[in-house]
Amino acid sequence: MKTATIEATTNQYDGLEPLIYELSAAGRIGVNLPEPDVPLSDLPADLLRDDLNLPEVSENEVVRHFVRLSQFNHAIDTGFYPLGSCTMKYNPKINEDAARLTGFAHLHPLTDVEGAQGALALMYQLQEWLAEISGFAGVSLTPAAGAQGEFAGILMIRKYHVDRGDTQRTKILVPDSAHGTNPATVTMAGMQVIELPSDKEGNVDLEALREACAGEKAASIAGMMITVPSTLGLFDRNILPIVQTVHDAGGLMYMDGANMNALMGVVKPGELGFDVMHYNLHKTFSTPHGGGGPGSGVIGVAQRLMDYRPGPIVDIIEEAAGDHDAPLYGWTQPPKTIGRLKAFHGNYGMHVRAYAYIRVYGGTGLNDVTRHAVLNANYLRARLKDHYKLPYPRICGHEFVMEGRFADSDVRALDISKRLMDYGIHPPTNYFPLIVPEALLIEPTETETKQTLDRFVDVMISIAGEARENPDILHDAPHNTPVRRLDEVKAAKQLVLCCAPLMKQVD
Amino acid sequence: MSYIPHTEAERQQMLAAIGVTTIEDLFEAVPATHRFPKLTLPAPMSEMDVMTEMAALADANEHAGDFALFRGAGAYHHFIPSAVNHILLRGEFYTAYTPYQPEVSQGTLQATYEYQSMMCALTGMDAANASHYDGATSLAEAVTVALEAGRGKRKKIILSHAINPQYREVVRTYHQGGDVKVVGDRGQASIPDLIDMLDENTAMLAVSYPNFFGQIDDFNELAEKVHEAGALLVMVVNNPVALGLLKSPGELGADIVVGEGQPLGVPLSFGGPYLGFFAVREKYVRKIAGRIIGETTDIDGKRAFVMTLRPREQDIRRDKATSNICTNQGLMAIATAVYLSLMGKNGLRKVAELNYHKAHYAAQQIQHLDGYSVNMERPFFNEFMVTCPAPVSRVNEALIAQGFIGGYDLSADYPHLKDTMLLCVTEMNSRAEIDALVDVLQEVE
Repeated sequence: MKTATIEATTNQYDGLEPLIYELSAAGRIGVNLPEPDVPLSDLPADLLRDDLNLPEVSENEVVRHFVRLSQFNHAIDTGFYPLGSCTMKYNPKINEDAARLTGFAHLHPLTDVEGAQGALALMYQLQEWLAEISGFAGVSLTPAAGAQGEFAGILMIRKYHVDRGDTQRTKILVPDSAHGTNPATVTMAGMQVIELPSDKEGNVDLEALREACAGEKAASIAGMMITVPSTLGLFDRNILPIVQTVHDAGGLMYMDGANMNALMGVVKPGELGFDVMHYNLHKTFSTPHGGGGPGSGVIGVAQRLMDYRPGPIVDIIEEAAGDHDAPLYGWTQPPKTIGRLKAFHGNYGMHVRAYAYIRVYGGTGLNDVTRHAVLNANYLRARLKDHYKLPYPRICGHEFVMEGRFADSDVRALDISKRLMDYGIHPPTNYFPLIVPEALLIEPTETETKQTLDRFVDVMISIAGEARENPDILHDAPHNTPVRRLDEVKAAKQLVLCCAPLMKQVD
Repeated sequence: MSYIPHTEAERQQMLAAIGVTTIEDLFEAVPATHRFPKLTLPAPMSEMDVMTEMAALADANEHAGDFALFRGAGAYHHFIPSAVNHILLRGEFYTAYTPYQPEVSQGTLQATYEYQSMMCALTGMDAANASHYDGATSLAEAVTVALEAGRGKRKKIILSHAINPQYREVVRTYHQGGDVKVVGDRGQASIPDLIDMLDENTAMLAVSYPNFFGQIDDFNELAEKVHEAGALLVMVVNNPVALGLLKSPGELGADIVVGEGQPLGVPLSFGGPYLGFFAVREKYVRKIAGRIIGETTDIDGKRAFVMTLRPREQDIRRDKATSNICTNQGLMAIATAVYLSLMGKNGLRKVAELNYHKAHYAAQQIQHLDGYSVNMERPFFNEFMVTCPAPVSRVNEALIAQGFIGGYDLSADYPHLKDTMLLCVTEMNSRAEIDALVDVLQEVE
């Protein structure tokens, strides 16, 4: 609504903050660059562009613009973020400083190995630690994100079978509670999904699994992908029989390690019999989520898949000569590798942050992380169980799922999520896992205080009351956020994906 | 431990509320035979000691802070204004999650929308996504789009050998489970040779601009021929700083433009995190993978931004999705948005010209040296091929002893380019550095 007077809280634009293009004025400069110190060469006139539609803004305005934008975000650094399956734990500041050390930040990826010994030693050590924590024979640091780790794992399983002449093994079993990345990964690798139901306890339906692997069907099973603890936050009591059943059929076991925050020092996936898994360093090892990335999806593998890992891998290529000399680290490519997953060798900046994190905690500390993550989740579960329906009323791992609905109200999980924002709390993951109606998946992480958890409980109980007494306050929520509910249909229909029309206007 | 805030009293209260006696009781569903294994890891360390150790590891590297760097080959040492890092260190940006809840994520959403807008301007395309992992995986995902556009009937992918060799490897890794045929890049096929490979089975033809050798190929008639064959023209931008100066790929007829965004505000960081950009003509926007931010309004009519075209993505479409991508390189996209905002149209042009002039100055100086020859067959941007009087490894040994990181040895990827290095010169290299480099090269036996 336009008014004649300028009010303190409004601007002349339609939104919260002008677009950077709306701050532009022809000829304004935002950066101070040097003049050429070499003789000028002729520019190739027929190859040059006529114009470049970038904004022209001063440094002060650029900084203000992006700082103001940042203030419209909820973040771990501003408030509680109990987003299930995402492990939104505190991101220690030392990680950021370490990754920005000049010797890491300004190191070229194609530096000769002799000139990159510090960086390679760090990667080698991280490989060793991540193998130890997961109980695997070795790891590959190259995957850029969990989904890429999954892709690598399934390609390795595929190639393992193909190399053995088992080309008919093209089916991967996936529980119905799985992350969407699991079935998408299987398709991307050119294989097919067999979906498995869950039982009443939230475990994989063991009978259905045995049936899927029975008789002639066994010969088509390439493997199974399973999240441990499950996406419902539950340790599957049948994990050993599950692994056994798939192995007996000739398949390999993939573990989605998104929930490793529940397992450090509790159980090693390699010792349970898994053949390959991915970590999410941006979940378990506190590297920041960055508003959607970068991540790092390091994979760990059992002995029989070691030769299939995506390279390059850091190895000792020359042992230390004497007591004081360091070994020479270098790159190796596993002999049957599935190939290169990305340019260079992974999101190194994330490796540095994870290294700092593991170094600070040590082995006992990482076990403490898991113990407190699980303690916090169970505390919330216990305190909320009389106010919300828990479809699986049993001790949980690092997260648990509730139903965001009531018999005597038309309020839905979405409304509860939006109402939480009014209290400065980020909503839990909602509508996932798909097998729970109106799911709210809650993961507090170990870095939250009892006070924060108690306030969350109070707010959730208050919202449950509102759902019955004043449901409209939930339907209309959020009320106190920078913007209110959005018209998502309009976004998909009008499809305005860049400022192009605006740029034409400015011209 | 400072990141775990619990006091002993709180632990006891919490256990009592749960109804168990010890924390160990919470793990009873884990098979007892495998429960609580020993973690053989070092002891905990103080923040001070960790930082000391990591600083020593960092110092053990030969980095661009201490050495004059003349190496590129897919990762580039460019100037990054201080403001970029200060914005990236805003906890509100870097400790946020994917903006699934738009009411409390407008910062990430609008910044990413602005990133998309600037990448459209730079590439001459209609739409861009919020990033892929890097330039290599962007190209691999472009192949998927081209296969979809060819309705699964066109299976042939033509790649130029002058695309970064690592990118071509990644394409093969990504598509090993399908029946895709990747051709064109095993020899030294020219652009006209690639055009001759087009047929009714071709889904796409990809070239690099500038190419991996720093050169700008002659794309005359290329787009026309590719489109006549019913295929898509994909351009891989090796260094997008070049687009501050050069015609946009859109002007040259590209349908999909992918590349490495690292040169636009992201440090070398030993190879990552970087970001892959991915931009397309409007008709392909519904076929692309990854997150896309669109403009809309909230219920009060206020302009706002949201992730859109969501039904393409893995969490909704599951095994019918064309890609499993979830986490992308979001923070790096914000770095690029800040960088391009600071540079603006004139700044990026100026940086590109600095690169061009300095690289050409260096090339001319080296060309005059005995035993060296510079490949001047095609116009180049900030990288060029130098054939040396000795193996590249020997030349680089001499250079490193004098404080220079020399060019990339091309012979491993391209056996016909024996004793040939790919030398890169950016705005970070002063004339004095270039002159000193030339002096050392002169001395190599």
